[in-house]
Amino acid sequence: MSAALKMDTPAPLVRVRDLNVTFMTRDRTVHAVNGMDMDLAAGEVLCILGESGSGKSVTLRALLRLLPKFARVSGSIEVAGRDVMAMNGNTLNDYRGGEAAMIFQEPMTALDPVFTVGRQIAEVVQRHEGASRAQADARALELLELVQIPSAKRRLAAYPHELSGGLRQRAMIAVALACRPKLLLADEPTTALDATVQIQVLLLLRELQQKLGMGVIFVTHDLGVAGEIADRVAVMYAGRVVEEGPIGPFMAGPLHPYPTGLLNSTVHGNMRGKVLTTIPGAPPSLATAPTTCSFSPRCGLAEAACDAGVPPMVEAGGGRRARCIKVAPG
Amino acid sequence: MDIATDRGGPGTPLLSLDGLTKHFPIKGGLLGRTVATVRAVDGVAFEVIKGETLGIVGESGCGKSTTARLLMRLLDPDAGKMIFDGEAVGEPRASGLSLRDYRRQVQMVFQDSYASLNPRLPIEDSIAFAPIVHGLSREKANERAREILAAVGLAPAQFARRYPHELSGGQRQRVNIARALALQPRLIILDEPVSALDKSVEAQVLNLLVELKAQFGLTYVFISHDLNVVQFISDRVLVMYLGEVVELGPVDAIYDRPAHPYTRALLASRPSMDPAQRRTVPPLTGDPPNPVNPPSGCRFRTRCTHAEDICAKAKPRAVDIGAGHIAACHMADAGSGHSQAGALA
Repeated sequence: MSAALKMDTPAPLVRVRDLNVTFMTRDRTVHAVNGMDMDLAAGEVLCILGESGSGKSVTLRALLRLLPKFARVSGSIEVAGRDVMAMNGNTLNDYRGGEAAMIFQEPMTALDPVFTVGRQIAEVVQRHEGASRAQADARALELLELVQIPSAKRRLAAYPHELSGGLRQRAMIAVALACRPKLLLADEPTTALDATVQIQVLLLLRELQQKLGMGVIFVTHDLGVAGEIADRVAVMYAGRVVEEGPIGPFMAGPLHPYPTGLLNSTVHGNMRGKVLTTIPGAPPSLATAPTTCSFSPRCGLAEAACDAGVPPMVEAGGGRRARCIKVAPG
Repeated sequence: MDIATDRGGPGTPLLSLDGLTKHFPIKGGLLGRTVATVRAVDGVAFEVIKGETLGIVGESGCGKSTTARLLMRLLDPDAGKMIFDGEAVGEPRASGLSLRDYRRQVQMVFQDSYASLNPRLPIEDSIAFAPIVHGLSREKANERAREILAAVGLAPAQFARRYPHELSGGQRQRVNIARALALQPRLIILDEPVSALDKSVEAQVLNLLVELKAQFGLTYVFISHDLNVVQFISDRVLVMYLGEVVELGPVDAIYDRPAHPYTRALLASRPSMDPAQRRTVPPLTGDPPNPVNPPSGCRFRTRCTHAEDICAKAKPRAVDIGAGHIAACHMADAGSGHSQAGALA
């Protein structure tokens, strides 16, 4: 399951085209995702970066078909060559936790409080691989050791509330990895953790990803976390990807004014005594689908042409692209 | 309502704490007896100097929020002394300062901007509430509320009559800051004030806090788990671990020359922001231990790579290693008996 899976074939592990998600309730309508395109190669780590309401978590949930019934979802989602939008019933259940698995921000609510950690891992193995109880329990122990939980044997019998935050998050990772998924979806998995624990979990995820050759889509609002784990980054704003590219050049200098502003307004060392650069205003409400550049009302470079329509994605060379008319094609 | 003024002179610390302790009993069993004690804050001592911003950092369970609540006297300490500008706090009959007078001079801003506002009051009324309690007429209090709204960057004509749910997170936190300012306090305790905000909004609120501090001559105690934010805003920094102060000093000393192994690990745990220089080894293993049964001696010794026998036996003294830079570690204390003792001094 390791290097053998890192294929060099051009077919991506994940292919999302023109994904739209609209939440419609009696009170209001929210156009959460508006024409999202995304590719992920096998064995690649993509960070989706964005602020609250940018549509990053909604996109992730759409990939696992976890959105509520009142969400209108359109577009195409393919994972490992299979059409996720067409799945239903058993096919969908096989897919969830089998080919694609997810880890969440808050392990205390994602894990079931009335079952031991060992049982919750073994259950996945039994359901997906038809293993016997004994085989599944043995596999659960292997998985706890894989995620580097100390005295794993004893921890199998622990309930979630008996574990510390860091161990709980490791246990949830073990549940997700139980059936060796090709795709791991991570929704802010380190946001609720302390600084000294966050870095441990990030390094663990990176190590497991390389060992198991998984593709990972990692949602975060934290540029530092993206810098620590991503191969490639996609920045979302108002339900669209506004910039995408390899992490190195991106951190050195984004192309689009929104991530540029985000990077400049992120507080880091040696900024004492200076006035922080801010992005004025607030993101749009998304009550209607954006028909122009969504960022132009907050953008210092905006001009009349920005409001002529949704800016196209401009290829800037080196695998980088941005949705801004000011970006020079490369 | 008169405005509180300086009493002790510039040399007197605005707030001075000694041996501040708060333990929470855990009740259990049939008879509801105390089965264990959470030692949330255990013998904390520090001073807040007039006009400074003191940053307090630490991980969950280190006691930083309990400290904030003790400072505001939302919790009564089990032991310890609190002296505000030369007057003992909470001793009304003697020469001390009554809690009512103390709270007029000390105000607080909480992390959750929504939960800390009354959802049924327009924000103007929320801000005017405390001045009315302290004896201002409704008319004057509303007038002040509008002035302060303008000072925090919310146009009164547009915002004064809005309810909390009609505002964004950043705007609500501005309202909370305005409410804290309404009594013209001298000290503001900010408990994770920007942690729930998006980065672009966080920068706006931090700029505002710096501006207001200069404009109103305030002193801040700024509590956060975000080391970058604390470095940006603080003059001095205090690091807490399991209910105790492990290091305290000027911001540059703490960030450039951290003395305590815990502070070093905490600083090294920050993401690097440079994908070419990723970490490969985590600075610490494991989680912070439970404050119910903290380790004997030095509480950090269970995660410390330098731990020796002495660390389990004796609690490290807080030692001044130069220019007000204090560390509570046996390695900083020349006479402690640790094999690397004095290496830091």
